[in-house]
Order: sequence, then C-alpha cells, then structure tokens
Amino acid sequence: MKVVRPGTATEAIELTARFDGAVPLAGGTDFMVSWNAGEANGLTVIDLSRLSSWRRIREAGRTLRVGSLATHWQLQSHDVVRRRFPLLAQACATIGGRQIQTRGTIGGNIANASPAGDTFPPLLVYDARVRLVSSARRRGMAIRDVFVGVKRTALERGELIESIDLPYHRSPSRALFRKVGTRKASAISKTVAAGLLWLRRDGRIRELRFALGSMAVTARRLETVESFLRGKKPTRRVVDEAVSLLERDVDPIDDLRSTARYRLEVSRNLLRSFLL
Amino acid sequence: MRSRRKEGPEKLTGVAKYIDDFRFQDVLHAVTVRATVPRGRIKQIHFDPSFDWTGVVVATADDIPGENTVLLIERDQPVLARDEVRHVEEPLLVLGHPDRAMAYDASKHVRIDYDPLEPVLDPERSSTVFKSFEIQKGDLEAGFAEADAIVEEEYRVPHQEQAYIETNGIAAWEESDGTLVVLGSMQCPYYVHKALLPIFPRDPGKIRVIQAATGGGFGGKEEYPNIIAAHAALLALKAKRPVKLVYDRHEDMRATTKRHPARIRHRTGVRRDGTLVAQDIDVLMDGGAYITLSPVVLSRGILHASGPYECPNVRIRGRVVATNTPPNGAFRGFGAPQTLFAAELHMEKIAKTLGIDSVALRRKNLFRLGSTTATGQVLRESVGARQTLDRALEKSQYSRRKKAAARWNRVRKNPTWRGVGLATVFHGAGFTGSGEIFLKSRAGVRLTPAGDIVVDAASTEIGQGTTSILAQIVAEALDVPYEWIRVETPDTNQVPNSGPTVASRTCMIVGGLLERSADKIKERLAADGVRWPLTRAALRGKNLSITEEFEKPGEIEWDEETYRGDAYGAYGYATLVAEVEVDKLTYEVTIRDVVTAQDVGRAINPLLVEGQILGGTVQGIGYALLENVVFENGAMANAQFTNYVIPTTLDTPPIRVEIVEEPYSRGPFGAKGVGELPMDVPAPAIVAAIHDATGLFLTALPALPEQIEEAFHDRAPRQR
Repeated sequence: MKVVRPGTATEAIELTARFDGAVPLAGGTDFMVSWNAGEANGLTVIDLSRLSSWRRIREAGRTLRVGSLATHWQLQSHDVVRRRFPLLAQACATIGGRQIQTRGTIGGNIANASPAGDTFPPLLVYDARVRLVSSARRRGMAIRDVFVGVKRTALERGELIESIDLPYHRSPSRALFRKVGTRKASAISKTVAAGLLWLRRDGRIRELRFALGSMAVTARRLETVESFLRGKKPTRRVVDEAVSLLERDVDPIDDLRSTARYRLEVSRNLLRSFLL
Repeated sequence: MRSRRKEGPEKLTGVAKYIDDFRFQDVLHAVTVRATVPRGRIKQIHFDPSFDWTGVVVATADDIPGENTVLLIERDQPVLARDEVRHVEEPLLVLGHPDRAMAYDASKHVRIDYDPLEPVLDPERSSTVFKSFEIQKGDLEAGFAEADAIVEEEYRVPHQEQAYIETNGIAAWEESDGTLVVLGSMQCPYYVHKALLPIFPRDPGKIRVIQAATGGGFGGKEEYPNIIAAHAALLALKAKRPVKLVYDRHEDMRATTKRHPARIRHRTGVRRDGTLVAQDIDVLMDGGAYITLSPVVLSRGILHASGPYECPNVRIRGRVVATNTPPNGAFRGFGAPQTLFAAELHMEKIAKTLGIDSVALRRKNLFRLGSTTATGQVLRESVGARQTLDRALEKSQYSRRKKAAARWNRVRKNPTWRGVGLATVFHGAGFTGSGEIFLKSRAGVRLTPAGDIVVDAASTEIGQGTTSILAQIVAEALDVPYEWIRVETPDTNQVPNSGPTVASRTCMIVGGLLERSADKIKERLAADGVRWPLTRAALRGKNLSITEEFEKPGEIEWDEETYRGDAYGAYGYATLVAEVEVDKLTYEVTIRDVVTAQDVGRAINPLLVEGQILGGTVQGIGYALLENVVFENGAMANAQFTNYVIPTTLDTPPIRVEIVEEPYSRGPFGAKGVGELPMDVPAPAIVAAIHDATGLFLTALPALPEQIEEAFHDRAPRQR
C-alpha cells in the first residue's frame, strides 16, 4: 500500500489526478476495516488529514458551508449546526460511538455511500449540495443525485468532495430525526428517518420533506408522498392515504440486520406519527 | 469481604500478558484453512502454482504423529479433516509464515475441491442422535387424569455467541528436551493436556500446558482450545519453530462453538388452584457436526427443564442431534438457560390459561425444604427459592409497579407500552451427578521456605475472579491477610489437576478443597507451636504442602443409568423482576429497571458475586432481546460485532442486586456456585414483561422488534 500526504488542496487535487484509482482517506473509520481485512492491498491512499481548510464550518451567504473533513463530533457540537440544522447534529451524535464520531467525517461518510449512512436523510431534507473539485473543474451536485448504488456515488474519477452546502431555511413547524438500530449505541441503522414539515396558518401543509435511509440501496426522499400532501390538511384519512403511498418511494430490503417487512412497517409508523 | 481483584492492577495497567502480547524468536504466524461447504468429500487440495510458497510451512492430517482426533467425550472430531467435511469452517490444514499478512495471503491461494453431499441443516430432520435421555417420576397418565386443565406450548431458543473480549489464541513450541509447550487463552489447561496426548504420543510429563492471561471464556474456551492447541502444536513440530495461532474476530465467531439452539415442548396438567399435577417435557437440541460436550449440555438442560417446581408426575425427554453446522458447545448456563426459558415462560402461559396470578402460581409449586425434584432428589438444605422470590417482589415493589404500568398503558397518547415480568430459576452447582466423583479434583496450599503462602490449582482466572476468591478462602481459613496469598499460574507442570473451570464449580468445589488444605496447614502449624496472629517470620522455613482430593459426600446418590437421585449437591436460586417499555412505532424494547435476588449460599466476596450477577444479567438481556446468529449455508453470516449485536453500556438498565444466603454445608463457608445462575433468569422475565406490556405471548428468542411487529399483525390489531 502506498500512502501520499498532500499538504494543500491544490496538491491533493493534483495527486488525485495523477494516481488514477487512488483512495482518498478522510477519517478512515470504514477504510481501516477493509484494510484490516486485506481488501486494500496494493492501493494508493491519498491521506487528506493535512488539509485543515477542508475541516472548517463557516457561513457563506445564504448557506452554511461545511468542509468535507468536518467530523461528526465537530458537527454535533457546532452552534449553528445545532440551531439551524438540528437533524444533522442529531444524526452525527448517533453514528458509531465517540471514537468513530471524532474520526469520521461528513465528506468521508458521503463518499463511502453506505446504504446505512445516518447523515443522508438529514442532508436530503436540508437539500444539501455537495461541492466537488477535480483538476479539470469545480461543480456542485444535489445530494439526491450523489448516491447511485451500494457504496457507489456519481462522483467522477479524480473528483474530491470539497464541502457540503446547507441552505438556510425558514424554521419548520415540525422536525424529526429517528434512527432505528435496536441497540442504543454503536448500532447500524435498520431504518433512519428525517422529516421537516411546514404548515400554513390554515393548518394545511405548505411543504413536507421526508427522507428514509437504510431501507434500500440508497437513502431517498419520499417524493410521491411529499407532493401528494402539498396543500392538504393532514387529517387521519389524508395521512392514511399518504402512508399507503410510501411504497412508491422506497423499496425496502431483507438483509442481515432486518427484514423488508419490518422496515416498511416502522417507516409507515414514523411517517404517520410525524404527520398526525 | 469486598477485597479487590488480585490480578486487577496488572490488567488495568497493561502489564498482564495475553497470548498475542508474547513475542517469540523465529515465530511462524499460523492461519487455518477451512471448509467452505457444509458437507462433502474432499477430492483434492490445490496450492496455486502462481503463488510464491517460499517460507510457508503447511501441516495437514498426514503430519499428525498419533491419532487424528480431538479427544473429548467421544473421538469423532478430527484435528484436521482428511476425507470428508461435515460443516462449513471445518479445519483442513494449518499453514504458517514469519509474516502474518503473508500467512493470510497464502491461505487465500489454497483451493479445495469437493464432491458435495446433501447437508442436514434442520435438527428436526436429523436422523443422527448423539445422545438421548429420559427422566421419569410418578405416573404421568394418572397425573393428567387428575388435571383440570392441560396447557401446551412450544418454545424456541437460538444459538448464542460467547463474545469474550479476547479471541481464541494459542502458541506452541518444542523445548530442546522434547517437551511440547502450549501457552494460551483457555479455561481448562488439563483438558488441553489430555487432548494433546493421543495426537502427539509421548510421556505425559513432556506435554506442558500453561494458561496466559485470558480475556473471558463463558464456556467458549472450555473445549475449543483443544483444537487450536493441536493445530498450533502440529505446525510447530513440523516447522521446528514456535507457532502462534490467534483468530481474528470473524473467524472466531464463524468457526468456534456457540450455545446449543433448542426446541422445547411443554404439556402440563394443572389443577384449578394452580397445583401442578403432570409435566411432560420434550427437548430437542442441535449439536452441530460433532459431539463435543453435547451430551452433558443436554443432561444439564433436561435436569433443569421442569423449573424449580415440585410436581408429582413428570416425564422429561431430551435428545441432541447432528446437523452440518459448526459444533455447538459450552456456554455459561450449559443447557439450563435454554430449558429454563421454556419452563418459566410456560408458568406465565399456565397462569394466563387459569386466569390466576403467575406469582401465586409459582409460590404454590416452588421448591422448599423437603421438596422432591424430577429425579427424585429430596432437597435437604439450602433452598432459597422462596426467599429470592419474596425479596425480588419486595425490592422491586412489583405490585405497585405493575399497576403503574397498567395505568400508563391506558393513556393512548403515550409513545410506549410498559410491562413488568418476573422469573424464578434454579441452577445446579458443580458437575452433574457423579461428575465430581469421576474428576477426583486435587488442589492444595503450600508454604515456601521463604514463608510465602501459595495456592496450587489448575482453576483459571478468566475474568470471573478465580484468583481472588481462592486466595480469599485460604486467607480466611488461615486467618492471615488476603495480600499474603499468592496463586500459582495454571501450568500443568506446576499445579495439580483441580478440574476444569466450568459449571460454577470453582468456588464451591475447588474452594472447598483449598479450605480443607488450609485447615490442615493451620493444624500442623498449631501443632508446631505457631501462634496466631501469624507473622511472616513464623512461616519462614516451614516448607509445608497439603493437597486435598475431592471425596464423595456420603449422602449423595446418583444413578447415571436411570437418571434418578441427587443430580447436584446443591442448587442456586434466582428471581428477577424486569420492567420493560415497548415503543409503539418501532417495537423496540427498552428495559427500564431490573431487580434480582439470588441465593448463592454464602457470598464470600459480595463484590465479585455482584459482578457475576450484573454480567450474567447483561448477557441474559442480549440473549433475550438482541443476539441473533444469522445462518446462511450452514454457517454464521453476521460474524462481526457490527451485525451480531450485543448489549452496550447504554443498553444496560439500572440493575439492583439482592444477595440471599442460604448456606450449603459442603461449600466453603456455605458457598454455592454463582457463575451461571444469573444467565438463566433474565430472558424469561423480560419476555414475560413484554407479554404484560403488549399482550403478545412470544415463544421464541431473541424477542427482536421484527418478531414483535409480526406478532402484532398475526393477531387482531390492537389500538395504538
């Protein structure tokens, strides 16, 4: 295994271009597991730990710009994140244990694209944009376009995640983050839900954003349910109908950790109780 | 006395050496190559010609100088499979390389071709019965004829992984005088010694087995080290170099023994007032591919299958069968947690059927002094069953709590259902029946010329406090400070065979031998004119050594053929009250509170007893709610701690421990065993509490949220 340690972002971008197929290393919390299992033999690793500018969380106009190397610990203890993006702060506080939280990074979490990534539903409901950089260009991508499969992203070769932009929003009438992992710590989610709801003064739904993770290969927003509910009053009958639409947006799986049936039922319950 | 752990400071400061901490010159790191099919005939072993095999040493069944067998109860399990494999992960060869990563790499370049055979994975379909037993008491049919109601149910319990903090590991080498030395993580050095002898025939004195600091066992290091020691020794002899064989977690979880899964059927005749009149119990256990300790696990299982209740007419039948899965083996409780789960939950079912309170039902039938067990054993002393029940009810404020839960459940907007459940169990301390008589355990106390007091026993410290408790017993008997006592390292060249460190026997049996040894030393010193309080100076130059051997207690009678008589010298008793909360949205269960009262005869060190009870309770919570071995193709598919979920500190509820002391005349200072008892009681209490909370009667473990959700929808939907 070859390890290179760029000192600046420019150097990192150059090295990423030069070593085709190299693995960018952020917190390493997942990479070390595969390395230990001998799955990283022969790879080139680009250790990003010296890029301190990518660790910063700062305001940039109407967004909060979170450096890709910001750790889960940084995020959950950051004042603005806690106030304006509490679901993300809560998600970060449920990832692994304290050791993982202080090593693991938001950018690494996204690039790793685990189906069970706990930050993804909050990022999805906050309409986060991922800023990507390569030797050729810099571009932004909506978080919902990033995940394309199990541990697969839409990032192109040579692209690194520089930061994540979180647009500020009007404070919602209701917000929900719920991780269902059965164990109380160091659990991998069976289902993870994030929701934001804005109600109009007449009690009708102005906007609902609801996302589910750990259900299938990628985390998803419930687009059908969201548009169905727009402008409606969340009565029991309407909510029941919305809940019955949930299956159009997610296709849960059976795996080692849980069953499709359980995931679906729990997601329905979480959605129903959030709306009623 | 709440004295501190003898070995505690060394472990805390990192001075204690576990097997992977030892450095050896010219050592080879070994890796085991294992079967990938559940059943098949081995056609050929290929070594990839494109791989550089320089420096790799390979040992196969052909290198075994003696018998290719892992000696335990039977000789059915090979050290290395030669012609046929019977389970996934069965060892086929061991290879070593000076570089550990290279050894792993090499193991990936070995390919084995099989003629696959149809595996048996379902114990219900197995035609190979390793062992069966039947216990009979009274007249079963007459009992059922007297019954006002007959209550039937079937219960299932799963595999469970021991999850010790340190994985299995052994080092082996041959000394220049031809002594084969084995050092490692283990519970029973003399088991390893006995197993190695037929594989490597030589003078018994030329095999030396030493225990390294051991990071937990829970039974998982009772018999398995026999295999890993044989592998390490075989490669060491072939390579003529020291060999270190340490499993990683994934291999340890997939390949080594687990708790036997079981299916238990109860058919019980009961009078309207709750009096038991007939118990018909059928137990089926899955032994896995080889016999290992299965007959003994089954034996303990059926001996506890009736629960701690007196019933005049009983039949208990049990069998353990073969499947093409990795062999199951010893695990804390050793068959009893399986059958007691069924027995205790069945009491809830009976109470529900009769419409009476399950506490009243238990109280009516619970063992008391003079009760006769299913094997016809009359309980003559040390029966604390009722005391544990009363104490747990009182300390938990059971009735008040149960009413509060019912009130909470009436409020529809509350996010959870709450419920309170309880269970009462017993656990035979020490080996079953004549086991201790066959063992003829020996342990002793020695005064060195320098005036040191040394305990000689092969009983191992595996985190449970052996070293401290044995030292404490000797200190108390000799009336000297605890700090004066040194406990010898379990090393077959140094210490007598005090028997295996299993079956909650160390304190009661080995402690008893040491108390007697110490008493004799005291007499001899007194006869020499030594006076108390003792001084170190008075001990100098005494050079005394006393070793005691286990003697059959006169009143104990056991018939191995008919399974009649005194199954155990004494039993421990425990009651546990659990309050749970079930989430209405996710069906996840949180334990709000646990109160447990346990009768241990006498708590020689209350701190250690409490430690055993707390640890056992948490392990029992894992068994009840979380731990789920997922099998695919006959082996564990979720062999990592990320997917095999054991409780963390945050999953641990407040646990209040009440120690009940009903002394046993033959235990040291009245002590009975405590190691396993705490493991038996949480699961049935927790599942009873889920029943109280939700009205769902779950009959299988673990009670995962997935199962609770399914149970909800299998019956008429309940309002939430």
